[in-house]
Amino acid sequence: MISWTAIYVLWLREMKRFLRARSRLIGSLAMPVFFMAFLGLGLNRMYLPGMGQNVGYLSFIVPGIIGMSLLFSSTISGLSVLWDREFGFLKEIMVAPVSRLSIVLGRVAGGVSVVMLQAIIILIISFLFGFKIPEPASLFLALVFMILISIAFIGLGLVFASLLKDMQGFSLIMNFVIFPLFFLSGALYPIGNLPEFIRFLAYLDPLTYGVDGLRWSLLKISNFPWLLDLFFIILSALAMVGLGAYLFEKTETA
Amino acid sequence: MMEAIRVEKLTKVFDEVVAVNQISFDVAQGELFGLLGPNGAGKTTTINILATLLKPTSGRAWVAGHDVLTERNEVRRSIGIVFQEPALDIKLTGRENLEFHAMMYGYSRAERQARIREVLRLVDLDDKADLLVEKYSGGMKRRLEIARGLIHQPRVLFLDEPTLGLDAQTRRHIWDYIKRLNEEKKVTIILTTHYMEEADYLCERVAIMDQGVFVALNKPNKLKDLIGGDVISLEIENKGERLTEKLKSLAWVKSLTYSDGFLSLTTEMGEKKIPEIINLARQEGAAVKSVYLHKPSLEDVFLHFTGRSIRDDVASERKGPPHSHQRPWRRR
Repeated sequence: MISWTAIYVLWLREMKRFLRARSRLIGSLAMPVFFMAFLGLGLNRMYLPGMGQNVGYLSFIVPGIIGMSLLFSSTISGLSVLWDREFGFLKEIMVAPVSRLSIVLGRVAGGVSVVMLQAIIILIISFLFGFKIPEPASLFLALVFMILISIAFIGLGLVFASLLKDMQGFSLIMNFVIFPLFFLSGALYPIGNLPEFIRFLAYLDPLTYGVDGLRWSLLKISNFPWLLDLFFIILSALAMVGLGAYLFEKTETA
Repeated sequence: MMEAIRVEKLTKVFDEVVAVNQISFDVAQGELFGLLGPNGAGKTTTINILATLLKPTSGRAWVAGHDVLTERNEVRRSIGIVFQEPALDIKLTGRENLEFHAMMYGYSRAERQARIREVLRLVDLDDKADLLVEKYSGGMKRRLEIARGLIHQPRVLFLDEPTLGLDAQTRRHIWDYIKRLNEEKKVTIILTTHYMEEADYLCERVAIMDQGVFVALNKPNKLKDLIGGDVISLEIENKGERLTEKLKSLAWVKSLTYSDGFLSLTTEMGEKKIPEIINLARQEGAAVKSVYLHKPSLEDVFLHFTGRSIRDDVASERKGPPHSHQRPWRRR
């Protein structure tokens, strides 16, 4: 049973908090922009096998950088349940007479909105760096991929939030889960260049399909057929949000 | 009439630590019921189970007629709760926190505005409602939380240590709100506290909780009577034996000891009996040098039942009679 009001209220809260914390937006834009400016421009003349012809390194990594921004911001957004737990507000949410699923969906809705806003700003900034989209119509498909990536990793954040209980494990998650997911995803290089064993790990990384799908939408370059990317990223999103909701329902809050 | 709360053999075990052990009790509708005990007694755990935030390990409980395990949404709809630790979003304003709550409980915009106006007035926060909560003082936060707990007009309100860490004046205010709420709105209130005065002043019945069990449950006065009533101690210069004999014949003297000029008796309403004793002493020619009245507090009750003091629940190994918090009254 889903309460649309509850989803709306939780979304509204996220929006208000976001709009009041401008520094959070600036902070979230810094790293992606630095990657484009320092890594992208610095290595722009580099060519890696599998990168596609006539694509500079900067253009190649723009979809990857957007994927990175989505990965980090989404996971942190899911993990922010831990902050609510720390500050006590989670209890207020948990005693409300609404289904736990509505609470999870409200969080996802709020998270997706914030994260998408950041990602779209990064895409616009990339145009300033000279990034070009061969087929503007496929921008729509890119947005679909972006939303799905964001949902999947908010779900992952929620899973970890339920498992962790407090902020202690935060840097552990960052270093041992998020960074590996990012580096394995092919955001910065074509995964065909990886040794077989590591490439296998890359195939298990949902972000691999997200970035590949984004790269197809934005540059018409891809490793896999885009429908396969779409399939896997939808599957990941459903699985992670489902698992997150299940664990959230099960955990005790007090 | 159905009870507001019914608890049967409720038990909660955390990693082999028994936090709540087979407690049973009922709370009538409209009652102001207190759970008194030291930190770690299991009060908050009990409240959290009743508020559906924790699942009991065994036993059952009903709130407003709904089972806390199988009818969680109905229970949530019937209750309001003010947690021990603040549960506000400090990045939102006071009004936004209330809005959030009212929307979660399904109130329309017009209803919301009316309800929020009413509860803000109740806790005197009308003029501070549009400040961010991070700017609020501790007392304001507490009042905002009480206001929030009342927005959806709950039939049962849980207050977990409602005045913890507040100054004496704010505490008074909050006590008054609580009393008024209970009397005017007929809200059933269950509060936990480790302040004796709070339980004594507010609660119609008090359950004294220690190490997960109820050691006593009754009206505060009855609890105090259980340990024998007021103690009047007198220091007498001469004719002490004659006074003792006279006093022993009086019906209101429950017990009496006398030795070497020190007389001690137990009775009820000790302060009203003192003039009578003085008069009697004068008639018998005995000179009273000092009078000392000790009225038992819930502290004494706690000590009586657990052998420990509630205030320093770890370090206390105090033996012997409880010392009084009242200063002796001396005849001039």
